[in-house]
Amino acid sequence: MEDFSAKFVSQKISKTRWRPVPAAALQPPELFATGSWDNEENKISIWSVGDFGSLEDAPNGEYQGEPQLLCDIGHQGDVMDMQFFDQERIVAASSTGSVTVFRHHQNNQTLSINQRWERAHYHMNPDTHSYGGASCTGVICNNPEIVTVGEDGRINLFRADHKKAVRIIENADSSTLHAVTFLRTTEILTVNSIGQLKIWDFREQRNEPSQIFSLTGDRIPLHCVDRHPSQQHIVATGGQDGMLSIWDVRQGSMPVSLLNAHDAEMWEVHFHPSNPDHLFTCSEDGSLWHWDASMEVSEKPSFFHQGGRSTTFLSHSTNQSVISAWLNNNPTKDRMEITNLVPNQTLSVNSLDVLGPCLVCGTDAEAIYVNRHLVA
Amino acid sequence: MEELDVEPPLTLIPGVDSNRRHMCFDWGPGEMLVCETLFTKGGHAEKGPGCPNIFIVRKDQDVYSQILRKLFNESHGIFVGLQRSEEEMTGKSRKAQLVRVSKNYRSVIRACMEDMHQVAISTRDPELHYQYSTQVSILSAMELIWNLCEILFVEVAPAGHLLLHLLDWVRLHVCDVDTMVHEVLSSENPSKHKDFWNTVDIFVLQGRMDDARHLLAKEASANPTSVGMCKILDDLMKKMPVLSLGNTQTLTEMELKWQHWHEECQRYLQDGTFASNPHMESICKILLGDENAILEKKEIMTTWYHFLVTRLVYSHPTVKPVELRFYAQSSLDLFLGGESSPEPLDTILMAAFEFEIHQVIKECSIALSNWWFVAHLTDLLDHCKLLQSHNLYFGSNMREFLLLEYASGLFSHHSLWQLGVDYFDHCPEYGKVYLELHIERIPLNTEQKALKVLRICEQRQMQDQVRSICKIMAMKAVRNNRLGSALSWSIRAKDAAFATLISDRFLKDYCERGSFSDLDLIDNLGPSMLLSDRLTFLGKYREFHRLYGETRFSEAAKLLLMLMTARIAPCSFWMTLLIDALPLLEQKEVIFSAEQTYELMRCLEDLTAGKTDNQKHQGDDIETTKVEILRLALARNLARAIVKEGTLEGS
Repeated sequence: MEDFSAKFVSQKISKTRWRPVPAAALQPPELFATGSWDNEENKISIWSVGDFGSLEDAPNGEYQGEPQLLCDIGHQGDVMDMQFFDQERIVAASSTGSVTVFRHHQNNQTLSINQRWERAHYHMNPDTHSYGGASCTGVICNNPEIVTVGEDGRINLFRADHKKAVRIIENADSSTLHAVTFLRTTEILTVNSIGQLKIWDFREQRNEPSQIFSLTGDRIPLHCVDRHPSQQHIVATGGQDGMLSIWDVRQGSMPVSLLNAHDAEMWEVHFHPSNPDHLFTCSEDGSLWHWDASMEVSEKPSFFHQGGRSTTFLSHSTNQSVISAWLNNNPTKDRMEITNLVPNQTLSVNSLDVLGPCLVCGTDAEAIYVNRHLVA
Repeated sequence: MEELDVEPPLTLIPGVDSNRRHMCFDWGPGEMLVCETLFTKGGHAEKGPGCPNIFIVRKDQDVYSQILRKLFNESHGIFVGLQRSEEEMTGKSRKAQLVRVSKNYRSVIRACMEDMHQVAISTRDPELHYQYSTQVSILSAMELIWNLCEILFVEVAPAGHLLLHLLDWVRLHVCDVDTMVHEVLSSENPSKHKDFWNTVDIFVLQGRMDDARHLLAKEASANPTSVGMCKILDDLMKKMPVLSLGNTQTLTEMELKWQHWHEECQRYLQDGTFASNPHMESICKILLGDENAILEKKEIMTTWYHFLVTRLVYSHPTVKPVELRFYAQSSLDLFLGGESSPEPLDTILMAAFEFEIHQVIKECSIALSNWWFVAHLTDLLDHCKLLQSHNLYFGSNMREFLLLEYASGLFSHHSLWQLGVDYFDHCPEYGKVYLELHIERIPLNTEQKALKVLRICEQRQMQDQVRSICKIMAMKAVRNNRLGSALSWSIRAKDAAFATLISDRFLKDYCERGSFSDLDLIDNLGPSMLLSDRLTFLGKYREFHRLYGETRFSEAAKLLLMLMTARIAPCSFWMTLLIDALPLLEQKEVIFSAEQTYELMRCLEDLTAGKTDNQKHQGDDIETTKVEILRLALARNLARAIVKEGTLEGS
């Protein structure tokens, strides 16, 4: 907890995302974006934790490390999900059903609307034939493509700078779709409110999932999904009961392992992008967990400090062990180290993002926490 | 009913002429609706243009301040922490813990005050600047009061130590000293600076002897004629006996030393050592506790409570808590000198010095514009076991009453309602009822928000609210033609009636379109299928279709028959089921056994016999044709079955 700097921001935070660092760069991320929900006026904000932002605002260095607001812009409806499309553009999903691309102008620190798909998700009243927006619950980007899912059970495939959706799967799901992620370039994964994990292949013309996975019988809603960054068949999902499920999408229709985790809804799950035997989850119960499945505790290299050449070499060598780390049928309970990173928090931790040595999370207690020295 | 303490403030509603027409209103949880009626003062209804608006009057305006939201959120964490720590510790460690909590609250107030100050100085709009500055002074007053309450009620400092705390209190809240010192010291010739002696005085008045001596040394080095005097005064200051928090010396020892030192000061004053320098003479008088000398420095003390503390430092260093009230009252009187009357802040501080906790809370409730302060302070004092005996003539006790008011204010806010939940949780008597009433009024615009509200209700076993939320969401889904979602919501609420309703919609859709929608859902009902008979039927009926599709005919036939004989299928659906049996009856091989065929026939007869003659006549031709075709198919199947069974048995 000491490594975290907290900032109260007077808005309930629904999403936090680091701006991606250019592939060649070795320094940790400096900017992140937040989205708010349930305010009278919701906002997308850009924050800086780097040094240039704090120089002018806090000359005495007292606030070093505390995030500084760079700019913000109003957002219609709750920010339900948010992703960086590239270095400058952010895609936000709204509870009104619209999907908006914002552009962050770095030279003068402003945000502007770049593109918007109004009512990308909607309900149609069968009696009056009138349309009403349906909450867009998830968005994922894979330049130039953007996929969105919503409460209307629809899947949209957009392409940046195209006015209309490239592909729409109507009624893809009869229940609410909660989250989406890319499995491969043409395949996506969705999770829904009756505990199913589905694979969709955009190469196929029929509007049916190519595969359905589900927890047996329980129908516990799934709220989040993330794919292992290097081993694409390993997928983690989080459910309403706070359970973490690990799936191997190559085989079977049931999860490989079920791990008891939080006491309430798990809102997000993320593999560490460059060191995937570390996993992070956050929940409605107000906790943020760090799951460490690295096998040899003694030989733990410090990937998180991405300094130096050795990084790539080291992470390559551990990938071998990762195969068994997450897919071990007998969950490595004795080997898995779990730590709660924000103890004593009573209100929900809605979102987290992790990149390099940095972690950011946002809560319903209107606070954002940043840790820039994540040491596993 | 007690008498009113103060006249309630008037709120003018713009556009409404209350002299001419009556107004009407309706209470809401945290606000009020007000509008003009048609009735005039005379009681007659009058047509004609009036004020066309309905106004929302808010009780707790501070809840809507962006900056104060930080205060609410951060203090919420402290509040919850305090409730959880309940009774774990006793004695000293418990007290230390309560003091820590109190300090945490104060640091939150201070942080908020600094933010507000930043905003105030950065804004260009004079009106906003005024607003923010007012807030800053309110926050500063809150912190001042809280700090005093902390010293007197939470810390409960004994004689001797009490004064040390009070000195810290005064030092903390007179903040312009440091800038003044900085100015004086950074000037070319500090001792000639116009504020030099003022600064020395402030240090002396606040009991900061080392700082005062440091400055005095500047005077000595700049002015050779006064070196001797400075040295003597410096010596007096150095020798002044003080208690320190870690010190073990007894009060009697301290008093003895004090007496001795006092006499020494007296001697120097009387033999005119300082006569040539009025500044030093007045300082010496202050050291002796001369009230008039101290009062002369009224301008730089600015407040009566500073005067009080200075007076105590130099005349009653071992003051006991119970004696405070006398000195406080006389200090206030002396300081104001009958020129002005005490302000609300003075009254509150005075009540605290008099140890009238209830009076403090009451005055604060009247003077401050929000419930945050009194609710949290009262809760803390309650944890110090100071408020047990006090019961109100309404509601539960004072702590609970104030917490309920505060939490209700939070609930009327668009997004702060989540904080209110924990406050209601810690109100043993009415908290649950309040929560139930408030939580039902939270608008549910997305499923995610509904899930959050639902989680709150489920954790507290509020079954009625759980059902009502799920029903609202299910109704919304039905209206949007999202039957799958609707069914999920009613399953979550275990709402059998609604599940039946939705199942009927599914069956109706099937009858109209000939195919099922939302197969992914119906195929995965699992044990939740048992929630309602109709849902069971829906699931089983779909299973029949699957078996049929997989050409597992005999299993399909058995299931179909069972749906009717076990009365799982609603009667209205029997005809559809019997028609579904037709293709099975027409298969090449015999699927229904003779016995099963008899059963089917009985079902058909039950169905037709149940209808009165009247209905029969009205029934259209298609219906009669269906029955005839069925009878024919059944008869033929029976014949084939008897033959087949006979052959098998015979062979």
